[in-house]
Amino acid sequence: MASLRLPRLIPRTRRGYSTAASPSSRLNLPIDYKSTPLLHHTSSTLSDTLDLPSSTTSKSLNLYQAINSALRTALSTSNKVMLFGEDVAFGGVFRCSMDLQTEFGSERVFNTPLTEQGIVGFAIGAAAQGMKPVAEIQFADYVFPAFDQIVNEAAKFRFREGATGVNIGGMVVRMPCGAVGHGALYHSQSPEALFAHVPGVQVVMPRSPSQAKGLLLSAIFESKNPVIFMEPKVLYRAAVEHVPSEYYTIPLNTAEVVKPGNDVTVISYGQPMYLCSAAIAAAEKALGASIELIDLRTIYPWDRQTVLDSVKKTGRAIVVHESMINYGVGAEVAATIQDGAFLRLEAPVKRVAGWSTHTGLLYEKFVIPDVARIYDAIKQTLEY
Amino acid sequence: MLTRSLKPKGRFPLPWTRPVLPYRRCMAHVSNVSDIPSEDTKPFNVPIPEDSFETYNLDPPPYSVETTKSQLKQLYRDMSLIRRMELAADKLYKEQKVRGFCHLSTGQEAVAVGIEHGITRDDKVITAYRAHGFTLMRGGSVRSILGELLGRRDGICHGKGGSVHMYSKNFFGGNGIVGANVPLGTGIAFAQQYDDTKTVTVNVYGDGAANQGQVHESYNMAKLWELPVIFACENNKYGMGTSVERASAMTEYYKRGNYIPGLRINGMDVLAVISAIKYGKEYTLAGNGPLLYEFQTYRYAGHSVSDPGTSYRTKEEVQAERAQDPITTYRAKLIDWGVFTEDEAKAMDKEIRRHVDRETQEAEKMPAPPTNLDVLFEDTYVRGSEPQQRRGRTVDETFYRG
Repeated sequence: MASLRLPRLIPRTRRGYSTAASPSSRLNLPIDYKSTPLLHHTSSTLSDTLDLPSSTTSKSLNLYQAINSALRTALSTSNKVMLFGEDVAFGGVFRCSMDLQTEFGSERVFNTPLTEQGIVGFAIGAAAQGMKPVAEIQFADYVFPAFDQIVNEAAKFRFREGATGVNIGGMVVRMPCGAVGHGALYHSQSPEALFAHVPGVQVVMPRSPSQAKGLLLSAIFESKNPVIFMEPKVLYRAAVEHVPSEYYTIPLNTAEVVKPGNDVTVISYGQPMYLCSAAIAAAEKALGASIELIDLRTIYPWDRQTVLDSVKKTGRAIVVHESMINYGVGAEVAATIQDGAFLRLEAPVKRVAGWSTHTGLLYEKFVIPDVARIYDAIKQTLEY
Repeated sequence: MLTRSLKPKGRFPLPWTRPVLPYRRCMAHVSNVSDIPSEDTKPFNVPIPEDSFETYNLDPPPYSVETTKSQLKQLYRDMSLIRRMELAADKLYKEQKVRGFCHLSTGQEAVAVGIEHGITRDDKVITAYRAHGFTLMRGGSVRSILGELLGRRDGICHGKGGSVHMYSKNFFGGNGIVGANVPLGTGIAFAQQYDDTKTVTVNVYGDGAANQGQVHESYNMAKLWELPVIFACENNKYGMGTSVERASAMTEYYKRGNYIPGLRINGMDVLAVISAIKYGKEYTLAGNGPLLYEFQTYRYAGHSVSDPGTSYRTKEEVQAERAQDPITTYRAKLIDWGVFTEDEAKAMDKEIRRHVDRETQEAEKMPAPPTNLDVLFEDTYVRGSEPQQRRGRTVDETFYRG
């Protein structure tokens, strides 16, 4: 019966419209890190942005090299700084600690067993004795065995010490986070919101190499609290920019207005900053709007004032992050905005974030925000 | 014929002729196997070399194992199949068809195969991320495993996980977090005891995971409640890029249970593994509580395919280990015993290669997962939290309304 052919009663018609968008209007193109305005492609803009003397020398580095440079600077600055984690002695899986053991010796840069809870607890003890331990967790997805140490020991240390005044400032737990395209269940997560729920730790996620170096040095030398330092691993090789060679810090309590604008405020951090920047460029061109972009940099405690000032000016806000939308950083920022800028709001605060599901091997691109989704949110917010 | 592959070929003494290891591994030295029956299914005993086991508060398992010619051949087939499949996975990865992570178990085949042949399909197995061989032995097909690596819908877990994440009946994975599977395996054993199923859990983890706190927490619970679990530490000598001596204060992993009897097994000898597992199952099911096994084995490949595995160990060391390859030594042993001839072995090799090639092609033909919300939110519990969708001009511009 399968071979029986029925006469075609309705003639097949050709579709008269195009099924593909023209390439020039496509939004979800790969991010061009060589031309994005978020990176210092020359050294000329560095000193202004980072408030450094104009004599500052710089080098073009990607994110892992910038982290390496920050660690080298830290290890050279103080003998109290030490660096350890799984396979750190050989440079670590992402090469962030390349050559540091050779340079500073195995007393200060060393491998640990695979024991995350041990690594973090060990760091807390060392920090309590005045050391500045930089502990590496190989992937943010692996940090959960250490969650108890972070929440119950590290976060409460300074608070519970009371009159002794002892704190574990200088303790930094570094971890690569975020999606890279194919990380699946255990190599894609971005758990910043889980740590941001806990008073006593500071949570930082840099967007670029030069930001990473300044923020990491701040975390090591200028904080009285333990710092969770999350590095978007997709940027390790992709993001290249000029990074000052010397010691400099970026304060852990200020967000940065990366691009000024008047009609909408887009708030983000980490890798999605690049997606926001691309969506903003497209939206400004197509919709004629002027859009402000803010990098939170420090996710907890975060710079409420900069965000509120901006939203009071624009009247509209969108929060973008990669991790799941449920109980995420976006919820906290949106709630703060409606509380602090309610009468100025022209539209509901929108969240563009990862969907509330797990990241299957090939499903990542459907889960995390993309340029089209951010563009759509901008359009909806403007037209509200 | 047996020693052909072992004879030094050059003027210089080859690395494996000197004792590079702190303990001695047993080569397939000729054992007197008399009266091997001609029938494929008639049982007989084969000897296991005396240095296959080291014990801790435990009598050693029998130094012989009852088997049949057909089982001996099956063991060879299973180990070779895992080897071929892993090589196919490696190739797919290098062709950039497999993305993400891919941890190969070449060199460690005797452990997965020996465990499976020492238990029944009703017993449970749980392991860590180096799971391809175990998945195959627990009933997965080559195509379903390679399909999973390729992220295809017809992969063994719908392509959701890829390399690390594979499950099948009575096989609980496949776990990406080092050491995290060990308490799970202990819980599985508790359920077995509670339901009185007369089955055992083989709870596999690596030497690296042995330093995780939750592994020791599991030992305590298992002994406290005398659970039918065999803790099986697959010691391949490296936790990622760090050797056991650099990561562990005490590298006799089989003694680490302290109050749990232990056994160190030559994990390169599939027959020794079978004997140990059969013995262990009997022991735990008799109500004696858990055992702690250490399989001494070696991983030829790097930790994952992105690690060439050359920066933290010498070529000589890898060469020396390869000389004790679980498949070639076993093959020589079977030929020596007259279980099969060289020609039969070659024919089997060829057939396995063809099978894997065919399965690889089938896996590559499997469709990618469909791009719809049912698939994206499948098996998550927040029903109704799916975004509203608006079709975009192209698939990648489909808008979701939050």
